[in-house]
Amino acid sequence: MTSSDAAVEIARPAASEVQRVVGRGFPLPIDFMFRKATVLAAFLVGAVLFATVIAITYDSWLSIKTFGFGFLFSQEWDPVAQKFGALPFIVGTLVSSTIAMILAIPISFGIAVFIAEIAPSWIKAPIAAAIELLAAVPSIVYGLWGLLIFAPVFGQFEPFINDHLGVIPGLGVLFRGPPMGIGMLTAGIVLGVMVLPYISSIMRDVFVAVPSSLRESAYAIGSTTWEVAWHILLPYTRSAVIGGIFLGLGRALGETMAVTFVIGNSNTLTPSLLMPGTTIPSVIANEFTEATTHLYLSSLIYLGLILIVITLIVRFAAVLLFRTLDRKGGIKT
Amino acid sequence: MSTLYKKRRAVAFVAGVLMAISTLIGVLFLLWILATTLKLGVSAMHWDLFINDTPPPGTDGYGLRNAFVGSLFLLGISLVIGVPIGLMAGTWLAEYGFQSRIANTVRFINDMMLSAPSIEIGLFSYAIMVDPMGHFSAISGSVALSILMIPVIVRTTDEMLTLVGSDLREAALALGAPTWKVITQITWKAARSGILTGIIIALARVSGETAPLLFTALNNQYFSTDLGHPIANLPVVIFQFAMSPYQNWQQMAWAGAFITVMFVLVLSIGARWILGRRQVQS
Amino acid sequence: MKLNRRSFAQAAVAVAVFGAVGAGLTANAYAGVRLTGAGSTWVYPLVAKWSAAYEKETGTQVNYQSIGSGGGIAQIKAGTVAFGASDMPLTPDELAKEGLIQFPTAIAGEDMIYNLAGIKPGEVVLSGPVVADIYLGKIKKWNDPAIAKLNPGLKLPDMDITVVHRSDGSGTTFTFADYLSKVSSEWKQKVGANTSVAWPTGVGGKGNEGVASYVQRIPGSIGYVEYAYILEGKLSYARMVNSDGKVVSPSLKGFQDAAAHVDFTKAQDFYVILTDKPGPETWPISGCTWQILRKNAPKATNEEVTKFFRWGFVKGQPMAESISFGPLPPATVSAIEAYWKKNLGL
Repeated sequence: MTSSDAAVEIARPAASEVQRVVGRGFPLPIDFMFRKATVLAAFLVGAVLFATVIAITYDSWLSIKTFGFGFLFSQEWDPVAQKFGALPFIVGTLVSSTIAMILAIPISFGIAVFIAEIAPSWIKAPIAAAIELLAAVPSIVYGLWGLLIFAPVFGQFEPFINDHLGVIPGLGVLFRGPPMGIGMLTAGIVLGVMVLPYISSIMRDVFVAVPSSLRESAYAIGSTTWEVAWHILLPYTRSAVIGGIFLGLGRALGETMAVTFVIGNSNTLTPSLLMPGTTIPSVIANEFTEATTHLYLSSLIYLGLILIVITLIVRFAAVLLFRTLDRKGGIKT
Repeated sequence: MSTLYKKRRAVAFVAGVLMAISTLIGVLFLLWILATTLKLGVSAMHWDLFINDTPPPGTDGYGLRNAFVGSLFLLGISLVIGVPIGLMAGTWLAEYGFQSRIANTVRFINDMMLSAPSIEIGLFSYAIMVDPMGHFSAISGSVALSILMIPVIVRTTDEMLTLVGSDLREAALALGAPTWKVITQITWKAARSGILTGIIIALARVSGETAPLLFTALNNQYFSTDLGHPIANLPVVIFQFAMSPYQNWQQMAWAGAFITVMFVLVLSIGARWILGRRQVQS
Repeated sequence: MKLNRRSFAQAAVAVAVFGAVGAGLTANAYAGVRLTGAGSTWVYPLVAKWSAAYEKETGTQVNYQSIGSGGGIAQIKAGTVAFGASDMPLTPDELAKEGLIQFPTAIAGEDMIYNLAGIKPGEVVLSGPVVADIYLGKIKKWNDPAIAKLNPGLKLPDMDITVVHRSDGSGTTFTFADYLSKVSSEWKQKVGANTSVAWPTGVGGKGNEGVASYVQRIPGSIGYVEYAYILEGKLSYARMVNSDGKVVSPSLKGFQDAAAHVDFTKAQDFYVILTDKPGPETWPISGCTWQILRKNAPKATNEEVTKFFRWGFVKGQPMAESISFGPLPPATVSAIEAYWKKNLGL
């Protein structure tokens, strides 16, 4: 928006406001109805989130009453003994998403800088389009590809990981396991590929939008492309980049299909990334229709509630980070 | 050359290589996924898919007709529910609410819903529809899908309507048009390609969603267009068939995946094209 | 919108298109009876086959979704389906409490499957206690002495055993866990038997299909699936040492021998368990599969459901046998009819 647009923007009266001031002194019935209809729609939009949280809390109440906060730390998931605990699922959700982020963020950054700065102009558009195509692929296709194509191939690499990384004292325990092809690491990789397009297209959009005056002055004093990217582009677009990362993280945390196919569905907590694990969305997807008792169902919904809370925390953290960064950057908040 | 210069040059070189490698990795995975979907999907395509319904396990049948029709049906109904609500809510934000506190709160909540895990929406739909109704149904699946669609439509409608210049509105008002006419006949019309794009993007987003349908619309081995009963749908069928040990089922899963990807791609490219054309015009 | 010829024309075209599409969609509009059932993946091949043939003959659509026995039990308790299929029978107390009835459908068996390169189906011999120890995580390698003892002359590789179990609630699991509880006191104490148990180790696959799929893909893995899946997928199955100490292969005769040692008609609500029965050719991991109905469901619904299964008992036996599901003895079928009459008034 140019400054003249901004001036017009401030001075622009709403169609609705003008109507109130000039013309008819009273609203037409149909105007009234139309406005009320839009208000209703907006209210519905606002209300659905609350309704979701309320409905889910209500349905998980039995489990909350039975297990309380201990649910979050218990490793038991025993439908026979009717004892349920969320720890393996919370850990699995966080670990798989972390792996996905560790993989996706640097690669997205690399792609974004490549497209924005390095690539010759004839290649820019096709590559950008290619990366965005990744975002259009439905998650079930990721799951399908992950299970039937990627996992067998990855399974060939796993003995290598096991033998070479698994022997590192201490950290090696993360990498020891049978070459199944499926597991926490595979799920993290598939998730990473899934969120890659979201983060990288946001990064690319904002990098391209950085004023050329900034870029060119940096180049003029002899900066290399890397230095421009790291010291100019990234700090300038910090809040948008963080926003993009959190968008990707939100997706990763809630992803069901891509993960369920390849994570192995094991409710035992193990340190190894090569072993199967589980996440909150996978266990809900797998066990929901078969929860035989009210407590079992309620515990699954309790897990859903925990996931919402995690997602909300992540979202709030993003907004807070935005504001802190903006404030530090001198933008009025 | 000073060592600092050499060092910076080296760092830049390595960084450049890493960026290129990253891009290569990204493009590689895309090609891998698309290529396998294409290869396995195209080889599994057959006219029978559109003529026959899904076969029972362990038989030689080949068909996905009920899943295709079921999915189209679910998407159609969710459009009928989602578009009016999304459009009107976006209109309120852009034309009545502006930057007021309430409007910004609604925008914030909308953004939250945009990244809500789809399985949560499925749980919600189960709670408000399947449980009270006493059985799984196509309509509960559509409701879940429409809840996923609405935030996208609201956001794009809001942005597109805001982009429409005030001169159009003021001219209409000066001629004495009532507010609702200004909005529906002038502003909506002016932003129509952007709004349409938003709807198409929302549609593309929910086309591949499986989790919310798992315990709302369930699945059906028969052809059905009954709103009150479970309905066959492509994502759940793909899920079921892919995890099976049957050859024909796995092939059909790939065919289904291929068709889903094609559908979404066509929608996404179509959306871009509409928007692009509009920008060229203005 | 200006009311003129053009807008009328546009509206007319829109209506016509909409109508055509709607007509096309509803051309197959179903005016017949529809039933939804859900549950056991074990019985899925049978019910699906019966359902397809039944639809051709009577026009009634029986839509069966295999979501696991646990799911079948949950959904029939919630009343969201017309019948729930389970391989784990509910106890008479539980049936009475929830207002449900159950009756058996067919007899079948499950077996261990494995993925070992170079070793053909049926070559590996396992016993109950050995399988229990594998699933407890105590036996970790294929060339463990306990396995080698059962397989003299067979070269077993020095490979880790990857245990595959069910990730969903399943009657197949119940039958398997019940068998292990009978042959291993440690299993009985540590894990127990139910449609879903706390597995000490292993990977979870969804449905019989998921387990078969995982075992097919993971070298050195072992899993348990229903026999029909073994036949269909030509999977590598193991032979087992049965209660009499004999090494047997899974077969329809083996399952029926197990059933011969049990009298369905004497059991209240047909509550019988077929695992680890005596007999020289008896298959140790045999089981039955039940249908569960709600007593207070609309009478018409229960009528349609019983009609379907009556058809299955009378006309569906050849289909059942073709996928190695054993028919119920005639005395049992009569007892089922009497049970329906007593409990549902049908």
